[in-house]
Amino acid sequence: MNALVHMAETEVPQNPLVPPIPELVIGLIAFAIVFFFLWKKLLPSINKVLEERREAIEGGIEKAEAAQQEASDVLQQYKDQLAEARHEAARLRSEAQEQGAALIAEMRAEGQRQREEIIAAGHAQIEADRKQAAQALRQDVGTLATELAGKLVGESLEDHARQSRVIDRFLDGLERDAGNAEAGSANGAAR
Amino acid sequence: MQKEPAVSTDQMLAFETDCHLFSGCGFEAPGLHSFVFEPMFSIGGFDFNKPILLALVGTLAIVWFFWAAFNKPKLVPGKLQMVGEAGYDFIRRGVVYETIGKKEGEKYVPLVVALFFFVWVMNLWSVIPLAQFPVTSIFSIPLGLALLVYILWVGLTFKRQGFVGAWKNFTGYDKSLGPVLPLVMIIEFFSNLLVRPFTHAVRLFANMFAGHMLVALFTIATWYMLNGIGIAYSVVSFVMTIVMIAFELFIQVIQAYVFVLLTCTYIQGALVEEH
Repeated sequence: MNALVHMAETEVPQNPLVPPIPELVIGLIAFAIVFFFLWKKLLPSINKVLEERREAIEGGIEKAEAAQQEASDVLQQYKDQLAEARHEAARLRSEAQEQGAALIAEMRAEGQRQREEIIAAGHAQIEADRKQAAQALRQDVGTLATELAGKLVGESLEDHARQSRVIDRFLDGLERDAGNAEAGSANGAAR
Repeated sequence: MQKEPAVSTDQMLAFETDCHLFSGCGFEAPGLHSFVFEPMFSIGGFDFNKPILLALVGTLAIVWFFWAAFNKPKLVPGKLQMVGEAGYDFIRRGVVYETIGKKEGEKYVPLVVALFFFVWVMNLWSVIPLAQFPVTSIFSIPLGLALLVYILWVGLTFKRQGFVGAWKNFTGYDKSLGPVLPLVMIIEFFSNLLVRPFTHAVRLFANMFAGHMLVALFTIATWYMLNGIGIAYSVVSFVMTIVMIAFELFIQVIQAYVFVLLTCTYIQGALVEEH
């Protein structure tokens, strides 16, 4: 019975929505302790490490990216150099070709020139030889004709001047006859 | 009158230990009296009872855990730090960033994290052997926290929106509503400024209160029926106890989560630009 009385006095089930003040105070203090530790000490501490970890991971990624960038730069450089070398080689080759062609053309021109020179020289030589031969022939024919005429007429035509005159006159006569004959034959052909 | 229905004097068990079915004593169901505790001792005129002690021990447990996990954090975390980080990250990313946003929310992360773990551990006492009492089923605890959030929310609203803007915010002022506007403003005023802290606190309190009641009911019934043929009923009741405890574990997390989610929603409502 005592206990019942006790309950009736102090533990009358009251409205549970009427908050007991000591619990309210203690609850707030307890929460304040939790909040204070987390806010001031523990969360900043873990945030720092989380940030460091993030940086460590991202730093690694950044490093890898930098290495990749460098590698691709070097590759690009090599490619550029290679292209440049190819270009240079092509340029040299075409230059050499041009030079070769120029050389060939020059040599051809030179050969042509030399050939023409040689031909011209040959022509001149032939002409000179012909003239000389004609000269020599004229003299020989003259001599022979003179001798023959001398023998025939018995008259020595030793005198050079006279001889020459006679020969010339003879030859002229020959040439005139030949000219007439040609003209006659030409006339005959025309007719 | 049968044996005196009373809470045991040491307040550790909420029912008589020698009362069984068929032993001539009635079933003493848990009720409001299960939530009232005698002071166990007092220091300097201040009485300490079971909920207060549990609150203090729970506080120590939380601080100890996070101290062990976060005080000397390592880049490569140990097990404890990993668990702590998972919980911290869940609240920070899953609740604060999701509702308030990363930029504005960062400031409120410590508050919300502390709130979540405090509420959760206070709920968790419900299933810890020997304690077996959710501290949050004492209305003072959720009420204190809800008032804290309420003061923060009202203060923030005035600070961010100015005097007129704050009242517009509280009353849901929106010109396009036309003639319905006065009605809406009255309803919004009541719902925001007067009812909100109450519902915020009661939602948590009532869930834990009812949960504790259910677990206590089946626990007491299991013990009470443990006599003769009653053992068969007792087994059923025991299974129900286990089921309810598992269910409570789930509810405890959900309620802690809902409490901080609502906190974040209120803070976010105070921060948004005038609409």
